[in-house]
Amino acid sequence: MASELPWDAKTCTLRRDLAEGMMNPACKHALEAALTIRQQHGGHITAITMGPPMAEEILREAIAMGADRCLMLTDKAMAGADTHITSYTLARAIEIFCPDFDLVLCGCHTTDSETAQVGPQLAEELDIAGISYVDDLELHERAVHVKRFSDNFLETLETDLPCLVTVNTQHFKPRYIPLSGLQDAFEDLNILAVSASDLGIDPVHIGIEGSPTKIIDVYSPRAEKRNIVLKGAPKKIVEELFERFESMLGGVIKKDLKREG
Amino acid sequence: MSEQVPEIWVFGDYRNYFQNRVTLQLLSRATDLAGRLNASVCATVFGHGVDEWVGEYIAHGAKRVYVVEDESLGEYSTDLYVTLMERLAREYKPEIILVGATTFGREFAPRVAKRLGTGLTADCVGLDINDDGQLVQTAPAFGGNLLTRIITPEKRPQMATVRPGIFQEIPHNYQAQGEIVRLPLPEGLPRDRVRLISSERRPPAIQKLEDAAVVVCGGRGMSGKSKFKNLYELARLLGGEVGATRPVVYSKWAEEDALVGQADKHIRPKVLFSFGISGAIQHTAGIIDAGFIIAINKNPLAAMMKMADVAIVADANQVCLALIKELKKRLRG
Repeated sequence: MASELPWDAKTCTLRRDLAEGMMNPACKHALEAALTIRQQHGGHITAITMGPPMAEEILREAIAMGADRCLMLTDKAMAGADTHITSYTLARAIEIFCPDFDLVLCGCHTTDSETAQVGPQLAEELDIAGISYVDDLELHERAVHVKRFSDNFLETLETDLPCLVTVNTQHFKPRYIPLSGLQDAFEDLNILAVSASDLGIDPVHIGIEGSPTKIIDVYSPRAEKRNIVLKGAPKKIVEELFERFESMLGGVIKKDLKREG
Repeated sequence: MSEQVPEIWVFGDYRNYFQNRVTLQLLSRATDLAGRLNASVCATVFGHGVDEWVGEYIAHGAKRVYVVEDESLGEYSTDLYVTLMERLAREYKPEIILVGATTFGREFAPRVAKRLGTGLTADCVGLDINDDGQLVQTAPAFGGNLLTRIITPEKRPQMATVRPGIFQEIPHNYQAQGEIVRLPLPEGLPRDRVRLISSERRPPAIQKLEDAAVVVCGGRGMSGKSKFKNLYELARLLGGEVGATRPVVYSKWAEEDALVGQADKHIRPKVLFSFGISGAIQHTAGIIDAGFIIAINKNPLAAMMKMADVAIVADANQVCLALIKELKKRLRG
């Protein structure tokens, strides 16, 4: 597995430019939540991502789903940022390009690093209330009602706009992309590329340079795994499997698997 | 002066004390780490009527407990708890802050780290001290297929959230002595921006699939709904449960509650059978805690086969049928 990942051993960071371009599942649910709210209450949706130029694919997907416009934060200086610096950079972009925002929606975590930290840290940066791991949310006037399941507690919470909510993958199943949306995504590209200087940020304060955490190394925990390969007719394979592992299997299922005679 | 002894703090997350012992596990690990740093292990407890937990933490290794007690802290509140932790950390300057990676902890710790302008490593599965006296935080990366070791070289405190169940708690000692530092609710605490409308404790979910000792997982390689059903018979014979990949559930060969994967159920069986699963990260992230893996796939190069202890190169359904036949023979005996 490890060798197939686009890992850059020199900088100890993920080569996101080589990873397959696909919107993170939880973020898709967050976008669906935004689309649902727009249907009910109106509004204007800006999709924002930070990454290498290839990340444009993800924003096209966002436009195809129905986002009104997109911001793509892309700059070599931004590469290798940890969550502290990622949230810092995103917040500056929101302040400049979406100064009157009401609601920030994020996926509750990503499938690659799964830190789930950018959302809460972005709320701090913007100095607004934040609620994480939300199952369901509704807008009532200027208040957001959310439901979530947190550590065995079923909670109903309320907060005022502006606020930030991170959405899990329980509800807000992403809609199928309509054909017209697909056309929009290729014809009318409302994607604004944003660099560090557009944000007025000194490059030494961001990216890998500015990040308080440093990666020492990355390794595969299963690298040394002993692997037995069995081939041939299924019946023979199964016989060999039991010959080698019948006592282990029997121990786990707490049944005697010894063959009679 | 006591300020000179570096402190390792553990956030007291007591809300599910009896089900989730992560705070105690962290006190135990902090005690090991403290030995290497000549540091002192401390806990923080915020809430109302928390003496029971203060006592428990001292019995499990805390040498000092910082307590902020007030009626307004009775229910967990991210906003208030973050502000309290920030103020305490600014005053007492701990070297390290450890937080259990509960849902609350994973919402709380990032905000504390942000306010303190320091780094935070998520969901650690290992904590050590290196020769430079730095906290080495081992965390899963890329859905858990890789591990990465992270340090926070300059900023303090060094912060980590830690996955429950990684470290062993120290057996309690109710004779243990610890200092209790009771602090008043600080003046001018901002009001909570999030209003709690209702909070209902639910019994811990019945996690059959997650707790099963044997799981039989099937993927698209089972090549049809009727063949997929054979996995249920195999699981029955093994006293196990059936899991499925996303394509299988989308094809309606299995119910959605069987989904195993990164955004779905995380399983930890002693033995996992993986039938016709290629091993996409979205799935394998949910099985990293499996003990012994037996994978069956026509493609010997499938990622799943590389993760397996036994890789069987054959048609998944035929091996499933052969296993059922052989098990019936042996169990009848």
